[in-house]
Amino acid sequence: MSEVERHSYDVVVIGAGGAGLRAAIEARTRGLRTAVVCKSLFGKAHTVMAEGGIAASMGNVNSQDGWKVHFRDTMRGGKFLNHWRMAELHAKEAPDRVWELESWGALFDRTADGRISQRNFGGHEYPRLAHVGDRTGLELIRTLQQRIVALQQEDEREFGDPEARLKVFQECTVTRLLTVPDAGSEAGNRIAGAFGYWRESGRFTVFDAPAVVLATGGIGKGFKVTSNSWEYTGDGQALALLAGAPLINMEFVQFHPTGMVWPPSVKGILVTESVRGDGGVLLNSEGKRFMFRYIPDVFKEKYAQTPAEGDRWYTDQENNRRPPELLPRDEVARAINSEVKAGRGSPHGGVFLTVVGRMAGGTEEIRRKLPSMYHQFKELADVDITAEAMEVGPTCHYVMGGIAVDPDTAATPGVLGLYAAGEVAGGMHGSNRLGGNSLSDLLVFGRRAGEHAARYAEEIGEARREAAQEQLDAAEAEALAPFAVESAENPYTVHQELQQTMNDLVGIIRREGEMTEALTRLDELKARAAKAGVEGHRQYNPGWHLALDLRNMLLVCECVARSALERQESRGGHTRDDFPAMSAEWRRVVLACSIVDPDAETLSVRLTRGEAVPMRADLLELFERDELTKYLTDAELPGKDG
Amino acid sequence: MTYKADFRIWRGDTDGGELRDFKVEVNEGEVVLDIIHRLQATQAPDLAVRWNCKAGKCGSCSAEINGRPRLLCMTRMSTFAPDEVVTVTPMRTFPVIRDLVTDVSFNYAKARQVPSFTPPEGLKPGEYRMQQVDVERSQEFRKCIECFLCQNTCHVIRDFEDNKAAFSGPRFLMRIAELDMHPLDVADRQKAAQEEHGLGLCNITKCCTDVCPEHIHITDNALIPMKERVADRKYDPLVWLGNKIRRRGSGD
Ligand SMILES: Cc1cc2nc3c(=O)[nH]c(=O)nc-3n(C[C@H](O)[C@H](O)[C@H](O)COP(=O)(O)OP(=O)(O)OC[C@H]3O[C@@H](n4cnc5c(N)ncnc54)[C@H](O)[C@@H]3O)c2cc1C
Ligand code: SF4
Ligand code: SF4
Ligand code: FES
Repeated sequence: MSEVERHSYDVVVIGAGGAGLRAAIEARTRGLRTAVVCKSLFGKAHTVMAEGGIAASMGNVNSQDGWKVHFRDTMRGGKFLNHWRMAELHAKEAPDRVWELESWGALFDRTADGRISQRNFGGHEYPRLAHVGDRTGLELIRTLQQRIVALQQEDEREFGDPEARLKVFQECTVTRLLTVPDAGSEAGNRIAGAFGYWRESGRFTVFDAPAVVLATGGIGKGFKVTSNSWEYTGDGQALALLAGAPLINMEFVQFHPTGMVWPPSVKGILVTESVRGDGGVLLNSEGKRFMFRYIPDVFKEKYAQTPAEGDRWYTDQENNRRPPELLPRDEVARAINSEVKAGRGSPHGGVFLTVVGRMAGGTEEIRRKLPSMYHQFKELADVDITAEAMEVGPTCHYVMGGIAVDPDTAATPGVLGLYAAGEVAGGMHGSNRLGGNSLSDLLVFGRRAGEHAARYAEEIGEARREAAQEQLDAAEAEALAPFAVESAENPYTVHQELQQTMNDLVGIIRREGEMTEALTRLDELKARAAKAGVEGHRQYNPGWHLALDLRNMLLVCECVARSALERQESRGGHTRDDFPAMSAEWRRVVLACSIVDPDAETLSVRLTRGEAVPMRADLLELFERDELTKYLTDAELPGKDG
Repeated sequence: MTYKADFRIWRGDTDGGELRDFKVEVNEGEVVLDIIHRLQATQAPDLAVRWNCKAGKCGSCSAEINGRPRLLCMTRMSTFAPDEVVTVTPMRTFPVIRDLVTDVSFNYAKARQVPSFTPPEGLKPGEYRMQQVDVERSQEFRKCIECFLCQNTCHVIRDFEDNKAAFSGPRFLMRIAELDMHPLDVADRQKAAQEEHGLGLCNITKCCTDVCPEHIHITDNALIPMKERVADRKYDPLVWLGNKIRRRGSGD
């Protein structure tokens, strides 16, 4: 093998979104030498696209809010499949994480008394989302980016080198984690570093490090209609699988109810939920607010039964219930799907969403509260949202499933030294994520991952080892394979067929026959992907990059399809046409995916069943028994007086 | 409406390159980035372009279209006549890496030279109080998606490579203004803006404002007020001090 560039760090964070940057800040603040590796430029990660806000029960707008209420909402939104300990830590720590951003320079919108303003969002009982107009993700990522710069300026003063303890390796893609054998771990190994290539030059690079934090985000690019960018090819999930760390809950994929549907080239781009949080309503082709017909029994008492009551709620929340447009996302997405199927859709196959006449401040207020939406529709669809309705429909948005982690430390159970945080990790959101709960998740668990990765790296000290040369050789050979194949498949074509397959056969409504068919097609696509060839050289070659990403997308899509086929119930982001009911028995089942043989020529996924950890008694007590009976088996219910 | 468009795209790398002609399908509602992607999928799989969000939010896809600095993902094909040749070239002010991708590290280096937000000593997280009216000015500048189109356009560095050392460019002069106008920032930034970041080189032509996809009033709201603050201060340092005190008082 040719000489490769090598870097040695204590902690390597893969991903520069909210989770990765927060983890890196933590590890560096603890004095460890930290690297951040990311596929795109620093400051451009997917987090930048988040719009609506970040959920934290600061109680600035309604003082009744607190962590217990936030915890309850999160569990309800996830239909009790969430790992309750993650939901608990998240609800408790989110306010501190938001306030910390402010002390690093973030400028959130304000309340009249000068605090951080908070807005309503689906599934959140009180106004809870700290926000900056509808560009909250930009504020979050820019603040963390600028915090990193601040730490680098400190190092510049102290060591004369801004990158002495914290360096960002941008436009660098990791293709394999490196490990060394370790009898003390489940998978029999521990982390030794990561292997990747520079997008710019195509040259390979090795990071030697005892601790790695995966913070690579989601998997949306496996689906045709998605709000996600090219980065979302499931890399972190695949890297974990290949290193021996399992994924859980992969059947739960969130289809956001409101993506743009027209023109075709923008189909899938997100229309933020704040449109509804700030008064927007959904209408079918008959002009009816159809959501009132889709309130499920578990939520009957919590939502308005008439448009009049729903409208009053915006100004008087004490005496009215919220409108059903603000139900959790899975409910709204299914309702839109049903309306379109029943022939009551809009001209381009969606439904209407309108804010016209819905805000007291009229056109002025719409433009102030929803500036990017105004801009987006004006420039991409020629629609003026202050005067016309938008057309919207479901779009693949977020994956609730992900790498299994310990709730407190973010450590993967399989591989020592491997941590995961953010969208790539599983468990926190159960079967469905509430809006705004991702940005807070990134900060809470990003920080925890950074802390525990740093502690681990410190403890391991002299015992750290470098990966064996064979591993590096194998990683290099794998990455170069697309240049060597003969009867070349076009990677773009394989990708398009994968997206179509997932969209049509493992999409928002699922059936056994279709998913079986999907698995057959995935097998065929795997064989074709192995033959995907590329032209040209290694310098900034998008065809090559895609050919390498296919391995990851195929693996995670197989995880989604296998888990979805196995789970015979409907819950949150998993809807089975053939098993429409939610089952208390299935709630206790955690489906885990791992790789049969990571060194095999063709990789395949194995599914195993685990059992959910029972919720702590004091947390169970936060719910009425009546409500718990909707989710839990009789055996799990607390005693009548307990 | 579907038609075949004539595209002319710069292809090359650090050793040089040339404009190449392509004929490519265009469908209703598409943007220039869609066309580039179609070229990658059908005719030029190794055509290099940066992009992420395809929604004008990340600022990755900056380039020059018919000579005008723009985001590829926010330029609709309907703005061109079907028989018009669409020429796409990389940003001119930054060194090219390959095809439409340029080396923008200049901007990251400049970012690192601006001292960070400096809150008052002893103010704890959670205790910050600021009025909406007082944060709005800086919020406008924080809409910046770092597409660097303004940096690419500003003639101070576009036409004079030598100025790059002394001039931080509109994006980072605006960053200094943002911090200077932050109701709780206590650092003194005006002297550095003038002496270290080259505020004086800006002759308020507003070309940067014209190309900003976020429609930020870079010149009117950041650069000119910053120049005024520097001028006032040169004239009478007490003006600067007075400003700070008054603003902090109203934030309580
Ligand atoms: C349009 C949109 C709007 C949203 N709005 C909201 C909202 O209002 N509130 C909310 O809470 N959530 C929202 N979400 C969800 C939320 O934005 C994401 O879940 C979250 O930002 C994910 O952050 P992350 O840190 O996990 O990963 P990302 O921010 O996606 O970062 C992933 C990082 O990993 C890097 N990476 C990936 N693979 C590799 C590899 N192989 N090698 C090296 N680096 C790699 C990428 O380059 C990137 O830097 C929204 C999502 C979308 C798409
Ligand atoms: S206004 Fe100043 S910064 Fe902007 S383009 Fe003109 S000279 Fe450059
Ligand atoms: S100020 Fe405008 S043009 Fe300049 S980098 Fe920011 S968004 Fe781009
Ligand atoms: S791709 Fe993000 S701004 Fe164009």
